[in-house]
Amino acid sequence: MFESAIFYAFAAVLLAAGLAVITARNPVHGALALVLAFFTAAAIWLLLRAEFLAIALVVVYVGAVMVLFLFVVMMLDINLERVREGFWRNLPLALVVGGIMVAEMIAVLADRYFGTPRPRDLPAGYSNTRQLGRVLYTQYAYAFEIAAVILLVAIIAAIALTLRRRKDTRHQDPARQVKARREERVRLVSMPAEKE
Amino acid sequence: MTPTLSHFLVLGAILFAISVVGIFLNRRNLIVLLMAIELMLLAVNLNFIAFSYFLGDIAGQVFVFFILTVAAAESAIGLAILVVLFRNIDSIDVEDLDLLKG
Repeated sequence: MFESAIFYAFAAVLLAAGLAVITARNPVHGALALVLAFFTAAAIWLLLRAEFLAIALVVVYVGAVMVLFLFVVMMLDINLERVREGFWRNLPLALVVGGIMVAEMIAVLADRYFGTPRPRDLPAGYSNTRQLGRVLYTQYAYAFEIAAVILLVAIIAAIALTLRRRKDTRHQDPARQVKARREERVRLVSMPAEKE
Repeated sequence: MTPTLSHFLVLGAILFAISVVGIFLNRRNLIVLLMAIELMLLAVNLNFIAFSYFLGDIAGQVFVFFILTVAAAESAIGLAILVVLFRNIDSIDVEDLDLLKG
């Protein structure tokens, strides 16, 4: 009963935050609503005993990805009126498509799995993080390394895309510095000694 | 009555539909499109974790872990492209992306 109340409360907040994301007039408000959505989703994941992923969602998404979103949104100077054009024109079609999707998925999901038995309570001392780590570093070690490579590619791609070399800045060119030879830099001039 | 698997799956379905509606509504705003995609991935992850818990299989959570990784990479690169785009054409309107004349 208590768990049910928590579930409905967080589900309501999650759906409200989702609606706020897609209808926000100002993208900054949309990003903040998305932060709220991630927080409530983390709470629902805790309800499903996925502690590690719930914390990872808060740390990685709220802490990193959404801050990046906010940075970008605030950095860009967007013409809000222009972007909002045609917002209401698409609404009927969008509602029809969304309504059909929800109806279909409820029809498929609602009956069959209502009878799925609730799993037994986990034993005392069970650690979700330990269990996940054990599988991740043994059975899925190869996939884990590929994930690391994907992150590396993302870092390099993001930097390479946004790197801008200005013409007027002065910077060092190490290759030319290393290639410099003595003859190019030092000129020996022979001249007679002078007396004061 | 405690929430069953169906409750979580229906919640994920509604969240997914909300983000589809958001993609329809904000067809011109690239930033909100990216945020709607994040919301979609969240709904999918919710499904994975619900199945993982109710079927007692940790593999679902491992999959969510990888989805989170790929989604973080995707949003980083997407936002980088967005910044470059704004620098070049001064707009994030999808309608203005016709430089290739396709």
